[in-house]
Amino acid sequence: MTTPLLTTRGVTKRFGGLLVSENVSIDVMPGELHAIIGPNGAGKTTLLNQIGGQLVPNAGTIVFDGADVTMLPVEHRTRLGIGRTFQVPRIFGSFATLDNPAIGALGRAARLFGVWTAIHALPGISNEATAALGAVALSERAAARSETLSHGDRRLLEIATALAGKPRLLLLDEPMAGLGRDESLRMSALLKVLKGDAAILMVEHDMDAVFSLADTVTVLAHGKVIASGKPDAIRSDPIVRASYLGEDDDA
Amino acid sequence: MTGIAPQVRILIVLAAALLVAALVAFGDQTTLRFVSRVAIYALAAVAVDIVLGYAGLVSMGHAAFFGLGAYVTGALALIGYKEALLVWPLAIAVATLAAFVIGALALRTSGVYFIMITLAFAQMFFYGANAVPGLGGADGFRLPGRSTIVGLSIDDPRVFFLVCVLILTVILLSARRAASAAFGSSLRAARDDEMRAAASGIGSYWLRLAAFTVSGAITGLAGVLSANLALYIAPSSTLSWHLSAEFLVMVILGMTGTLYGAVIGAALFLLLIEVVSHYTDFWAFYVGIAVIARVLLVRDGLLAKLQARLAP
Repeated sequence: MTTPLLTTRGVTKRFGGLLVSENVSIDVMPGELHAIIGPNGAGKTTLLNQIGGQLVPNAGTIVFDGADVTMLPVEHRTRLGIGRTFQVPRIFGSFATLDNPAIGALGRAARLFGVWTAIHALPGISNEATAALGAVALSERAAARSETLSHGDRRLLEIATALAGKPRLLLLDEPMAGLGRDESLRMSALLKVLKGDAAILMVEHDMDAVFSLADTVTVLAHGKVIASGKPDAIRSDPIVRASYLGEDDDA
Repeated sequence: MTGIAPQVRILIVLAAALLVAALVAFGDQTTLRFVSRVAIYALAAVAVDIVLGYAGLVSMGHAAFFGLGAYVTGALALIGYKEALLVWPLAIAVATLAAFVIGALALRTSGVYFIMITLAFAQMFFYGANAVPGLGGADGFRLPGRSTIVGLSIDDPRVFFLVCVLILTVILLSARRAASAAFGSSLRAARDDEMRAAASGIGSYWLRLAAFTVSGAITGLAGVLSANLALYIAPSSTLSWHLSAEFLVMVILGMTGTLYGAVIGAALFLLLIEVVSHYTDFWAFYVGIAVIARVLLVRDGLLAKLQARLAP
């Protein structure tokens, strides 16, 4: 039995009187793709934000690779190996496409204050950026200003930026959202390749993708974990069917 | 970053060098005084562009650093210290320290609050200087003479102009270098998307504080030169919030986030005032119209238009 890469225990988050995460305890094993599903407002993104550090929980602990990161600022978590993408893709729009992952590599290496060598001339940085862009098959757009990319390409670019940070855990918030059919297939193929290298914790509404890719599925409803297990077990779980899969299939 | 062909780049550098040489050779005292002022304000505008164009922060407090540079230079001159190697670093250090402290507090906010806090700090210095009778209060005071560099005089207007141009060139090239290095790239990344930057391992606070502090130091240096040019210092001419706004206008007039644009903007701004004030006392009105026209008609900045024409 291997030890989990990420463990949350009793994670609880309140927005005023609203309980958005209630006593959430999950484990993410090294190299697995762990999907979080649940109806809108179930607290999926809020949970991801607490693991990524964009939000701090009111109670509970988050342990990554043996270290308690519950209160750690985002940039420090990133450097420990927690990478992420956002629901609406976030990119460095004024930069060339290739320079987006270059920033990811720069941040991971914590080399922010260099004032002499251009980032293209930093050997480690430019190699990693090129490799990350290649991994998402965006190399031919390398020189384009990144804000000119399509929505689908922006999603891929944001993943490349996260990959350049050499994550051991990748948090993906709805990587399929807004993608066309071909783009979804491309994304699925990419995620299949990526898992194994890094563990992936993914929030997703596309049930086809979830059940074909995930090793573990956790179901959230009203901030609580109502089920967690292998995809087959989740698919046939009566509680899950009643609260989510049966009535609200927005895949 | 800039799409200018190398041949054109060489031509521009040559033209600038020729212009400086011609000014030194043929410029009369008034002209040299004016172009020295352009170089000094361009230096401050470059500093402001580091904060505005790269860090994405609107500072309404840069007059404080300019004024501190000027006042420290002037105060030391009053008590007999004129050696640049001693006075200038000291004046810059004071401006740097002020920028660090103000930046450390102001950067805990953002947007309009950042503008208000930087403005408030600068106003403190403005009213502070008004209240110091030993330094002339609101009337200001006259300096006994210019600094000397290693004992050598810079009283000759040609020499003084060359000193200003040399400093501007060194700062401009260094800043351009840092802009495409890790520091400038990280700053711009945090400006483009702070959340994405943090999730890429780039925390923005210390980066921005470093940029703000360096910017304050350079603005302080511009203040030092300004005191040496005018040989007269008053709160209204070195610490007023108008000055902070003028720096911003210069940068926007040229083009933000290029550093060269700040130089062009400063030259254009001062030239406009110089020309228009010959014809009317209400020059500010016409300069204002020019700025509005520039923003509406040439949206990306004058430099962008120029670059587009010069692209290979």
